[in-house]
Formats: sequence, structure tokens, C-alpha cells
Amino acid sequence: MSAPGGRAASSPLLGRAAEPTIFDLSVPGRRAASFRTTGMPEWPAEQLVPASELRPEPVPLAEVSERDLVAHMTRLSHRQYSVDLGAYPLGSCTMKYNPKVCDEAAALPGLLAVHPATPPAYAQGWLELMWSLAHALCRVTAMDAASLQPPAGAAGELTGLLLMRAYHRGNGRSPHKVLIPDSAHGTNPASVTLAGYQAVSVPSGPQGVVELGTLRRYLDDDVAGMMLTNPNTLGLFETEVASLAEAVHGCGGLMYYDGANLNAILGVARPGDMGFDIVHMNLHKTFAVPHGGGGPGAGPVAVTRALAPLLPGPVPARLEDGSFTWLVPERSIGRAHGWHGNALALARAWAYILANGADGLKRVSEVAVLNANWLLSRLRGVYTVPFDRPPMHEVVVSARGAGGDARPGRHGAGLRAVDVAKRLLEEGFHSPTVYFPLIVPEALMIEPTETESPETVAALADALVAIARQGPGPAAGAAPRTTPIGRVDEAGAARSLVATWDQG
Amino acid sequence: MASYVPHTDQDLARMLSDLGLADLDQLFASVPAALRLAGGLDLPPGRPEPDVAAEMARLAGRNRAAEELVCFAGGGAYDHDVPAVTRALAARSEFVTAYTPYQPEVAQGVLQALFEYQTLVSRLAGLPVANASLYDGATATVEAVNLATAATGRKAAWVSEGVNPRWREVLATLTAGNGTQLVEVPLRDGRTDWAALGPGPDGPPPGALVVASPNYLGCIDPLGPARAAADAAGALLIVAFDPVAAGLLRTPGEQGADVAVAEGQPLGTPLSFGGPYLGMFAVAQAHVRRLPGRLVGRGHDIEGRTAYVSTLRAREQDIRREKASSNICTNQTLVAIAAMVQLAWLGTAGLRELALRCARGTRYARESLLGLPSVRPLVSAPVVREFALELPRAPEVVVERMAEEGFLAGLPVSTEGREGLLVAVTEKRSRAEVDAYVQAMEKVLA
Repeated sequence: MSAPGGRAASSPLLGRAAEPTIFDLSVPGRRAASFRTTGMPEWPAEQLVPASELRPEPVPLAEVSERDLVAHMTRLSHRQYSVDLGAYPLGSCTMKYNPKVCDEAAALPGLLAVHPATPPAYAQGWLELMWSLAHALCRVTAMDAASLQPPAGAAGELTGLLLMRAYHRGNGRSPHKVLIPDSAHGTNPASVTLAGYQAVSVPSGPQGVVELGTLRRYLDDDVAGMMLTNPNTLGLFETEVASLAEAVHGCGGLMYYDGANLNAILGVARPGDMGFDIVHMNLHKTFAVPHGGGGPGAGPVAVTRALAPLLPGPVPARLEDGSFTWLVPERSIGRAHGWHGNALALARAWAYILANGADGLKRVSEVAVLNANWLLSRLRGVYTVPFDRPPMHEVVVSARGAGGDARPGRHGAGLRAVDVAKRLLEEGFHSPTVYFPLIVPEALMIEPTETESPETVAALADALVAIARQGPGPAAGAAPRTTPIGRVDEAGAARSLVATWDQG
Repeated sequence: MASYVPHTDQDLARMLSDLGLADLDQLFASVPAALRLAGGLDLPPGRPEPDVAAEMARLAGRNRAAEELVCFAGGGAYDHDVPAVTRALAARSEFVTAYTPYQPEVAQGVLQALFEYQTLVSRLAGLPVANASLYDGATATVEAVNLATAATGRKAAWVSEGVNPRWREVLATLTAGNGTQLVEVPLRDGRTDWAALGPGPDGPPPGALVVASPNYLGCIDPLGPARAAADAAGALLIVAFDPVAAGLLRTPGEQGADVAVAEGQPLGTPLSFGGPYLGMFAVAQAHVRRLPGRLVGRGHDIEGRTAYVSTLRAREQDIRREKASSNICTNQTLVAIAAMVQLAWLGTAGLRELALRCARGTRYARESLLGLPSVRPLVSAPVVREFALELPRAPEVVVERMAEEGFLAGLPVSTEGREGLLVAVTEKRSRAEVDAYVQAMEKVLA
């Protein structure tokens, strides 16, 4: 087999000296900034700002040359793992390769340099892009209308739940509870609380999915709705979803689709056809918008016809003459963003959808699921598979059984998930998501994504197998030893908090 | 079409065979047949990369960028120069294509940059701790109100009408569920009239007072009276500030803010049609454990080397779930890194000079426009980087007509029942551009 393109073990992370901070590099009087020639009168500050408001001294920032700034940031960048460097199999986070053509598109001056208050007649390109994207997302999800405003998945969740609330109030109801499976992302219950609802956890069944019989025990007319990720965070398709939806609808509730794992079912199945009423999508997962080290993302919300008049506005609309404008839905819950959402992230997603098209998007999901299944076939028998059914786009295994005994209470011989994660760094791969979902002890949640080659998936599997075979011990506990720093004392950092250079 | 899937047909065949499957369809056996999409997605087929680039260029060509429609609009989005160094460093793919730093041993780059960002924001705000970013100024205000209501156990907030009206709308939308009662406090001649509420409106006492300085009309809204009103009501004081005007003005922290928020876009982020922007968020030490979003701390690895790490994680949604202080997961790290680079590039003297240049352009444009017949100040309170004028024609019409003249003239605003035009002048606007703008305005108003 050829060498794995996604293994980063050759990365020359030079040296293990600490990088000074920008403040350590500061020299009084040194500067990088320069400003354009404007010909403006040069009034002094004292004539421009009332004395009572004027600060006597400038804000102390850093004083560095452009050269030192570039060197500092470049050295920091060399201390940072990224998708461009190698495979990043964080389950649920969907760290697939981000096509460069999307970066270039988002950097076009005609998109980048447009003020958000530009009148629609002068922003037709942006409006057409947003309108087209909203429509494409509705087709992917079988929804009827969308708002692109929410700037991230969790913001989409809160927006979606507020739509649920507005829908019930419009019907003169005010139920209090939202049902969430115990495998759900933490953002689900946090968003439910922010929306003023009470989160009620529904246990997953022995097959790793929510069962209708269990759900029925939680249903009454105080249920506003149910949030479901499908496939769920165990990587399993919720096979009973249609009957779950029917039951929730039966007691007046709505079905909320958490789109974190939408990338598994593009062109294969659609949330609307499963009975969902509200869908949020993480464009930075499914549609390859880069994560930026923790954002910006984008979390559009799409809904069925019944909820469309409630969407946050304004939304892009097409007029009869083919031109585009902003329209506020008639019973809009109001703005969910200061402007129009994370527009540049939306542009990247649109470029990605154009490039892939209907056929390409389906291929994305097919190969994401193929890679996950193939990976699991290589881990089975080495790691414990708590819910051993054919997975969708990601697999969840337990480190507890690896090299030890998986039975409850007998974890002495088992590996810890954190040790596997740190050992994997030494093998040239980023680690999977660990300790999630919460219902699996020592969980490793692995999502290879469709952009990693079979060689890379095989090498990742081989590394995980080797780590398990090596088992727990001093080597595992001391990892990682090849990274710029060793294992971080996270408890110590929390105990004696230093959150700025000035506190250090 | 462009494809980012590396698998050859042989790869697919071999992997399927390894799994004992006949075709890709069988991978989806767990999806009930009734839910399977027949016929595929109703979208066009994929396109090759050059065609995608051409289509995106066509869309971009249908917009009038700030270069062509000379930008005098602000209102929370400002047309500043972004130097090549900020663009280059913020575009480094190590930052662009990283994930949230869950494995600190291989994420020191993002973590240290965020630690430096937090330090810079803390200094701008004059408060000891800043978080690693929120989505934008609007949602930072929402999080600040949620922090204050949680900290005080009170379910109301008094919000100055000087706070950006779109932010107030977002605040109303996103707090509709948790029962926060919002009371608007009017402006009088450009400053918040805290006395207008009298001894206090009916209803619950406020957990927060929210004020912006400079406010939406560009006016410096004195924080002394705001702090006094907060003390009288037993509430926390939330101040929305401007990170550029901060180069000249006293900090929110030294004037008694408990929480300071800002829209960070002016620091190295292009106009971008409104996003991604940057929510800056700083707090007094007392509120560190209620901080929303991520926080980076400095500590050590097990061998004693300096290490940066996401800390106080127990506040966060993935651990605390329904009891979390916020639902934030993904935030705006890359935009925060751009702001950190921009602030380092500006430096101590540069930020002050930037603010000064904006203030000079603002003074020059304001005085020039006030020289036109029937143009009057909308309010009289002092301004720094933005100002509002009362015009003899409806502001919406003026914006439309000025666009035909090649200018994005500003944003329509209203206060105390009167309408006006909100005009922003950054360091990017030359005297010649302002003169041309004033000439065009004279023509439009004639």
C-alpha cells in the first residue's frame, strides 16, 4: 500500500523552547503601523475629545516590528495542528479537508468589501448568493424556508428552539419540556435552558437508538418538542425516527433536527422526510467551511411551511422581475444576528455546494460512511464496540476494553481514552473526540471523513491498534513526547488562573 | 465536477469487498426504505473548479464594493484599512483549518494567540479578564445580560436606546425564552436619560443596565451617571464600547463597568457584508466563573514547560449541559486572531493614531456637512468617530440618491421622534473624498 497522505508524523515542529509572547517581544518606541495619506487637518486630540473623557496615556498594547510580528505568528502557526497538516478524526466535529477554491471565493473584493447596510440594488450578488444557498439547504433537508442568520450551530439551536416556542404561543400553548436523548451534544440541553424550556433526558435503548416504547413514557401535552441528532452521536441512524416523529406530533410537539451529523446522509435521506419540522445545519461541518481554530462557523435554520412566517429576518427574497431584496417574515421572532449572519462562511459553503452538486454531495456521504465502516472493521476485536451495529459516518469505541477487561467495574487493566488520544499524537495523527458521548465509558469518537484516503484510514487504524496492543503503562501515561509541549496540567491551570499576560 | 474525495474506483471496490458489501447503497441499510431519497437531491450537477470560481466571481461582480461605493456608513461595521500583514497572517492555513483546541499539546499556536488576544482585549476594556471571543457585538451583549441576570438573580435589564438598535433586537429575540424583561431607557440629546425612569419602572428590579459609549448616534455617553444609576438599582453595569475609539477614550473598566462588550470588526476584519465579525467580552474578576465562551489560561505541562490551555471548562455546555452559563461551542477564534495581529501591528502609538485620524476625519466631515443649508446636528453631545445629522430630505431617499452619486452615504437613524443620517468617517477616507461627498450631498439635498 502507498504511504498515507494524512499522517503528519514528519511535521518538523522545531524545538521545544517556549515561544515568547508578543508582550515579551515588545520594545518601547518600535512600531509596524502606517496610515494612508489623507490630507486631513491635524487637530490635536485635546480639540476633538472633551478633557473629562480623554485618556491621558495611550492603551499599552505591544510595540513590535512587522518582521517580528510575522515571525512570532509564523512560529505559533508551527505549533498548531490543522486539517491542512494531516488527518483530524474528531468525531462529530467533521474535520474534512476545506477546498481552497472556497477560500479564494470568500476573498473576492466584491464579496469581502461590501458594507452590510449597502442598499439591495447594490448588493444583488450577495442577495442572490444567500437566496440560492437558502434554497439549496432546503432541498438538502426537505424544508420549505431558511434563515442564514445564526452564526454557529449552537446559535442555530437556540434560534430553532425559539421558533418552536413562537409556534406554540401562536397556537395559544405554552408547553415546558423539550426531550433530548442522553447521547446528545451538550449544546442541546444548554440551548434548551436558554430558550426557557426544561431539558428532559431520554435514555437510548440497548441498540444505541431511541425506542418508541421508551419515548412514549416521556410524552404528554407539556412536551414542546424533541431534539434529535440523526445519525446520532454514536454514529447510528435512529431507525425509529419516523414513529418517534409521529408520536411527538401526536401530542402537539415539534421535531428538531440537530444537523451536526447531516454530512452522513446527503442525498440519501432528508430530515423533512423523517418528520422533522426545524433543522439547523453546521455549514462548518457538512459544507467544509474551515473551523478557524474554533470559529467562525455558520448555523442556518430551515423550517417547514408552518413555521416559515416566524423565521428571523430579514431573509433574502426574489422578486418577480428576478431581482433580489430583503423581506421580514410576517410573524418573525426578530433578528438572530447583528447583520445577515456569517456571510463569508455562507459564501464558502455555496462554492462547496456548486463544486460538488447533487452527485458530489451524495458521494461525500457515501464515502464518509464507507471510511467509518472500514475503520471500524479494523478496530473491532481490539477496542470494545459498545453498540456494534454498522455505523454511519463516525464510530464510537471504548478504550476501556482495549488490552483489559471491558466489564463494568473492572477497568483496572483498561486503557484510558486520554492516553489513547495522547499516544496517537505521537503516531502523527490528531486524536479523536474523547469522553463523548457521555453514555460510553472511556469513549473514543472517531470520524475519518470522506477526504481521507484508504491509506490514511488504514494507517490511523494501525496506529490505534498498536496503541491498544501496547496497553496501559508508563509509556501511555507519559505521552505525548514528540509535541512542542508535553501533557498539560489542566487542573493546575484551572486552579491558579492566569488568563492574561498581566496576571502572569 | 471538482471532487475532494480521494478514493479511486478500485479503492471503493476493495473497501466494499472487505466489508462484504456489494455496493455503496448497502452502507445505508439501517436507513428505513421509506426514508430513502429516491432520485437524488434536486440540485444541479457538480462543476469543475474554474467554473465554480467563475460563478463566484459573477456573483461578486453584482455587488458594488466599498471601493466603488465610497463608504461613509458605520453603525457597527466600519471601512478601515486592513494591512497586508494582518490579511496574510489571518489567512495562514494552520489557523484557518484548525479545530477548537481540545488537544493543547498540538494547539499551542491557537491557544497562545488567544491568550495574547485576551490580554489585549482586557487592556482595551480596562477589565482584568477577557474571553476568547463571541460571535459579534450583538450576541456579546446578549451573553452579558444573561451573565448579569444569573449573577444577580434578577430577571430584568434596562437598556439604553443608545445601544445599536439591531443589537437590541437580537437581545429581545434571544432572551425571549428565558424570561428577561427588557426596559428601554430613552436618549435625551444623544445621552441616556437615566432619570427618565423616575424612581424605577413598574416590574422587577434590573440585574443589568446596558449603555453604549460611543453610542449608536456616535455620542460619548457619560459612564458616571450610568454607574450611579446601576448602583442605585443594585444592578451590574454593562458597557458597549468601540475598540478604535478606545484609543482616545477612558476605558469602561476604570469608569465602573462590570462587563464590557464590543464589536471587534474594526480591528482587522473587512466589512464582509456583516460577518464573520467578533464579539469582544471582558469582565471584572468577580464574574470570571460566569464567563460565557472559551477562556485560555497559562499553566504548565507535566515537565514544567509553559503551556496554554482552555480553562475553567466546567462552565461550558459540553460538561455542564443544561446548567451551563452559555450554549457557546464554536465561536470566532480566527477573527480574534486577526484582531490580535491587528492590535500588535497598530501597537501602543498606532491605536491612538488610528483613533485620532478617525476623529479628525469625523470632525472635518461633520463641519463640512453642517456648512450646507438646512443641515443640522441631530443631537449636540460630543462625538468621536461617527455622527448623526438632520437633513431636509428623508434619510432613506438621501441614501438612495447618494448611491447613484457613488457614495454609501450612511445609515438612517432616529431619536426622540426625529430622523437623521448616521455618518462614519474612518482613517481610510481622504479629505478629497469627504469634499466630493459633501458636494454630492449638496446636489442631492438641493
